[in-house]
Amino acid sequence: MTIWQAFIEALQSLSANKLRSGLTILGIVIGVAAVIAMISIGRGAQDTITGSIQGIGTNLLFVFRGGSEDVRNPQPVTLGDAEAMADKFQAPSVEGVAPILQGNAKVTFGKESHLTQVSGVTPDYSSVRNIKVTEGEFITEDQILGQASVALIGPDTANKLFGRKEGVVGETIRIEGQPFRVTGVLESKGGSSFSNQDDRVLIPLTTAQSRLLRRSTRDRVDLIMVQAINAQSVPLANDEISEILRNRHRTAIGADDFTVFTQQDFLDTAKTITQVLTIFLGGIAAISLLVGGIGIMNIMLVSVTERTREIGLRKALGARRIDILIQFLTESSVLSLLGGVIGIALGWTISYIVGRIAAANQAAINPSMGLDIVLIATLFSTAVGLFFGLYPANRAASLEPVEALRYE
Amino acid sequence: MNEWVIEAKNLTKVYKMGEIEVEALCGLSMQIAPGEVVAIMGPSGSGKSTLMNIIGCLDRPTAGEYILDGVQVSNLKDDQLAAIRNRKVGFVFQSFNLLPRATALANVELPIRYSGSGKGRKERAKQALESVGLQDRIYHRPNELSGGQQQRVAIARSLVNNPAIILADEPTGNLDSKSGEEIMHLLLSLNQERGTTLIIVTHDPGVASKTHRVIHIRDGMVEEEV
Repeated sequence: MTIWQAFIEALQSLSANKLRSGLTILGIVIGVAAVIAMISIGRGAQDTITGSIQGIGTNLLFVFRGGSEDVRNPQPVTLGDAEAMADKFQAPSVEGVAPILQGNAKVTFGKESHLTQVSGVTPDYSSVRNIKVTEGEFITEDQILGQASVALIGPDTANKLFGRKEGVVGETIRIEGQPFRVTGVLESKGGSSFSNQDDRVLIPLTTAQSRLLRRSTRDRVDLIMVQAINAQSVPLANDEISEILRNRHRTAIGADDFTVFTQQDFLDTAKTITQVLTIFLGGIAAISLLVGGIGIMNIMLVSVTERTREIGLRKALGARRIDILIQFLTESSVLSLLGGVIGIALGWTISYIVGRIAAANQAAINPSMGLDIVLIATLFSTAVGLFFGLYPANRAASLEPVEALRYE
Repeated sequence: MNEWVIEAKNLTKVYKMGEIEVEALCGLSMQIAPGEVVAIMGPSGSGKSTLMNIIGCLDRPTAGEYILDGVQVSNLKDDQLAAIRNRKVGFVFQSFNLLPRATALANVELPIRYSGSGKGRKERAKQALESVGLQDRIYHRPNELSGGQQQRVAIARSLVNNPAIILADEPTGNLDSKSGEEIMHLLLSLNQERGTTLIIVTHDPGVASKTHRVIHIRDGMVEEEV
């Protein structure tokens, strides 16, 4: 018996019970489709998230207060720290430094009111984050010195407050009741999964310190963004700023009271999270594949019982144990293979539709279907068929010919 | 050529039914010469079926020797027995036992497939069907054939590997008397043409009367040979 003959014969005997075979295949189809859809959607989400992190810029570092868990009373990062990092001699790998104060505030114009993120920034923020304005101009050194009541607003914020994205420079908005003059509109950065970069308000750092986002000490900031001269010098810049901060904060060795996060760290964290999510979803989907496998086993057991006489006859005509084993294993494998192929198509369709729905809701998830997923799903479903087919096939193969022939 | 195609010496078969042991054959001996046509008769419970299973290599005796066509069969393993059945024994059953979804041709091909020699399979199967007079029905399925025709397909299947013996278990039992006679006629003529040993297990004295020799079995022993 060649494999091809066994395959043809399996198809014939499966097609004799079309409804039953179809329902069994359906179990596998659902399992494989669920696994495929979950994994490809998970991967799509991962691509979106890592993509948006990469969009921030590949040569950025973020400096926060607080370090390893054992440090007591961590000192805050300050404007002085930021200035020290900007020193070309102490930190030659640093291109630009942007200290930031952040908070949420209610922004109003006329009767329109909107809660959004307000950041106090310096002029350098524009180059560090590569931010451009579509009208007006970015925060200037003079405005910093004068603690000017000026604000730049994101395009979405403008839309919400004014119902338009242009021609709003010169209008006066109120932030937490205080009047601010709009001096510019930020260029759109596109949607991001974390926070909407287009819905925000930027004001001079000094203004924020003194009037809007007061902190315990005068020169304290929430975050310092550091731009390295290029992507390769990020580790070097990391070492340099860490050294500067250790000196300024006078910390003990190995007890840093600050954290430097690179974009790579963000990427790694996000990847870990999405991978865990993908595995979790895939695992749940795999359970349905398992249920499908049990379906195969069930139907094969019924089939073996039904065909006891046939098995007896085949044995009488000279079929060996292995011949019967192969016959039934082929049948269960064909069931699961067919289910696998249809499941791949269905899973692909589902992930495509989910991608479309996500796109329609402005959450760009591009489900990615790799050849590896298809291969794994095919192998896995065939393995399920073989595994769950083994017991029934073995049962068929070990029937005694005399008793099998006598079976009514 | 061996003197006997079937040589059984002191065959004993004991079945265990729970605690009780039932002796179906107790020291049965018999010989059948090549080309003979032999009927085995006996009431139910006589051990006739057990004997048939052992002759057909479907089962092994508990004790005793059984030599089929020069091969000592008594202590072969399952797969070796399968190979012996495939090459040396052709079965014809009372209820035909054809695969319902396969054509007559595919049914006849089945033993060749299990013998591992795929060459000229179709040709050999066609020849076998021709020798039972079914050359124009080879692509019919069993449910498109009459009982007599189905039994002819079964006979063709039993012939196709040129076995040493054909073992027919009540071959006419499920047929009306006319097709029964035709089947008997066919079996006997095949025996004459090919010289294949024919062993028929039957209740029917009419069938038994057409054979060369009748072996009566009772209580697991040969009662008399006529």
